[in-house]
Amino acid sequence: MDNHFEMGLEDLRQKLLLMASRAETAVNDAVQALMQRHYELAMKVRADDDIIDQFEMEIDEMALQLLTKAPLASNLRLVTVAMKVSQNLERIGDEATKIAKRACDLSQEPPVKLVLDLPRLAGMALAMVKDALDAFVQRDSAAARALVPRDREVDAVNREMHAALTRHMMEHPDTISRCLHWIVAAKSLERIADHAKNIAEEVVYLCEAQDIRHHLKKTAAVPLRP
Amino acid sequence: MSNPHMEPQTDPRIALAVRGLSIFFGRQAVLKNVTLDVAAHAVTAIIGPSGCGKSTLLRALNRMHELNPGARMEGEIRLFGENIYSRGVEPVAVRRRVGMVFQKSNPFPTLSIAGNITVGLRLNGVRDKRLLAERTEESLRMAALWDEVKDRLHAPAISLSGGQQQRLCIARALAVQPEVLLMDEPASALDPLATQKIEDLIVELKKDYTVVIVTHNMQQAARASDFTAFLYLGELVEFGPTTKMFTNPSQQRTEDYVTGRFG
Amino acid sequence: MTAPNHRWRKAKNVLMQALALLCAVLVILPLLLVFFHLLSQGASSINWAFFTQLPKPVGEVGGGMANAIAGTFILISLASLLGVPVGVLGGVFLSEYSHRRLNRWIRFTADVVNGVPSITWGMVVYGLVVVPMKGFSTLAGALVLGLMMIPLIMRTTEEVLRLVPNGYREAALALGIAHWRMITQIVIRTAMKGIVTGVLLALARVAGETAPLLFTAFGNAYWTHRLTEPIAALPLQIFNYAISPYDDWHRQAWAGALILIFLVSLINLGVRVLTRDRFSRTVPQILLPGHHVANNVQPPHGTTD
Repeated sequence: MDNHFEMGLEDLRQKLLLMASRAETAVNDAVQALMQRHYELAMKVRADDDIIDQFEMEIDEMALQLLTKAPLASNLRLVTVAMKVSQNLERIGDEATKIAKRACDLSQEPPVKLVLDLPRLAGMALAMVKDALDAFVQRDSAAARALVPRDREVDAVNREMHAALTRHMMEHPDTISRCLHWIVAAKSLERIADHAKNIAEEVVYLCEAQDIRHHLKKTAAVPLRP
Repeated sequence: MSNPHMEPQTDPRIALAVRGLSIFFGRQAVLKNVTLDVAAHAVTAIIGPSGCGKSTLLRALNRMHELNPGARMEGEIRLFGENIYSRGVEPVAVRRRVGMVFQKSNPFPTLSIAGNITVGLRLNGVRDKRLLAERTEESLRMAALWDEVKDRLHAPAISLSGGQQQRLCIARALAVQPEVLLMDEPASALDPLATQKIEDLIVELKKDYTVVIVTHNMQQAARASDFTAFLYLGELVEFGPTTKMFTNPSQQRTEDYVTGRFG
Repeated sequence: MTAPNHRWRKAKNVLMQALALLCAVLVILPLLLVFFHLLSQGASSINWAFFTQLPKPVGEVGGGMANAIAGTFILISLASLLGVPVGVLGGVFLSEYSHRRLNRWIRFTADVVNGVPSITWGMVVYGLVVVPMKGFSTLAGALVLGLMMIPLIMRTTEEVLRLVPNGYREAALALGIAHWRMITQIVIRTAMKGIVTGVLLALARVAGETAPLLFTAFGNAYWTHRLTEPIAALPLQIFNYAISPYDDWHRQAWAGALILIFLVSLINLGVRVLTRDRFSRTVPQILLPGHHVANNVQPPHGTTD
């Protein structure tokens, strides 16, 4: 006799993977639209965001249903992680949409004459998303742990870009609006990397039951009193 | 239970120290080399599939397994430091300190509600009526039954509903003021609302008593206990804090049982 | 479902019901016949004198069976002094203390002894008690009746105690109550009605025994003053009067039989009254007149929460 509960868990996992691939595609397309000034592609990304939002709601619904069956141990962790990961994926989708919007705007205006490191930033963010999702699929806790420090690098590149764009804006005031679009796009990529890092942290929790979030921010962790 | 063979008390946070406990019924080993510590003022749950020995382990804690003809044990169990299986220790004395509530509620049918509560005291020689009345009220309050029966203490005990009867049995066990209370699937014969009351009661009781419950319902163990022991085929597979047991067990067999892959 | 088939089934139903009713009537009929016959023959002889006067010597009309009635009561009371403690304690032993092989032999012996004809009992006690004492006596009569009561009471006590759910024993022991106290205060108390029923039924049974008393109590035309003297008893008196050639004695024999039947019926009525208790039905159905299957009767648990 089939274990219906196990089947339900598998359905949840599959749906999460579907959502992940859509989010990954959205980021890829948004970056491509931005780099290649592709208006139609950007509009497609913006329209498809609804699908990603829909996925988040369905996954939360499925997870809630599975919770009523009182899962335990690794099953319990899978369900709670699924809810968190879907939230992060939805935000990735939103950020991709923001990039797409800026791509739309920028494609209507003449390009800015500035060598930007945006492809490198985009590449790093995309790689982080892909690696986080691979770690989830393969339940590779070590790979997920390796991802976490890369977020700092992304932050650093974003700061550089921000500085470069700010300088350019000050020297060429007529490019201000276009530079602001680029700043926003870069910020979105940095946020996408953050969300990828969050997903990696959830993967570590799923595999090892270790909560590795936030532990680098404080130097001396003081437990909260109940 | 004063006895020249007793050893001085050890760690007061450990109510029952079980060491290398093995129990045989005839030639069959029902428990194999079980070692664990039951923490004082906490609820410890024993879970496992049918026939894994959980009831036998529970009954060994107050020497009730000796009612089985052909029962033999090895190892030791120390109740707050004193070995309850030493020579010269009467099972009766052990059972006054370690009480038990059973799966099927069994209030004595020829006695009233008050009669049931005080029977443990009266049949051990207590005559003081004031003391008996005090203990009756105290025990019924602790079992969350006082308000429901205070006006009919002399009604027959079997006129109560199933859930009330079980709480009466709990009050009856508490009246002799044991240090440890053992409960063998206390709510399995009850409907969900009555079960809820019993579980709430268990959590309240740990303030004053040490509680050990056997349950086949993992959700119940997760809800009501602080520590959980997982038994399989007479062996202790894993023992630890309940939260860990049910979110991240160390043993694969525990993980498989808890997620329903067997048992 | 065709119409003719339906009618045939209905007819068969009615036929079977009528047959069953007929059988029931056939069962009750002998009892009714006995009662009516006794009443018609003996009722007229029952008067105050019957209960208060001693039998008159042969030839004289009148007199009563006062000493026989009293004798029966005395005999069964004395017999109880032997039969009840030994029987009940024997039943307690069989039920509560498990020595499997020994218990099996005891039960086997009790069942065999139950089947021993009552006249044999009489002869045994004659040889063992009457001959050494060089005379018939109340003691011998009480002894033989008591001995007959023992296996009866022992078996019924054991049955009733077995029906007490083991949960009560465990609950009592878990409270730290000593084993023997648990047995007397919890188990026996719970089964008390059943035990008393068993005792009463054994009493009713031996009250009507005639043959054993022939060799032991022997009968007495006068009041008995010492336990070592013979004593009158109803069954004995009835027997003696019935085989006599005197009409007056025949009349009195009928009356005696009627009284005896009343006595036995009264005891059975007492059993009925006792066992109608609403709260604890731990009396095995096997003891109640008319039933033949022992069900495992549990005390009711009231309504759900």
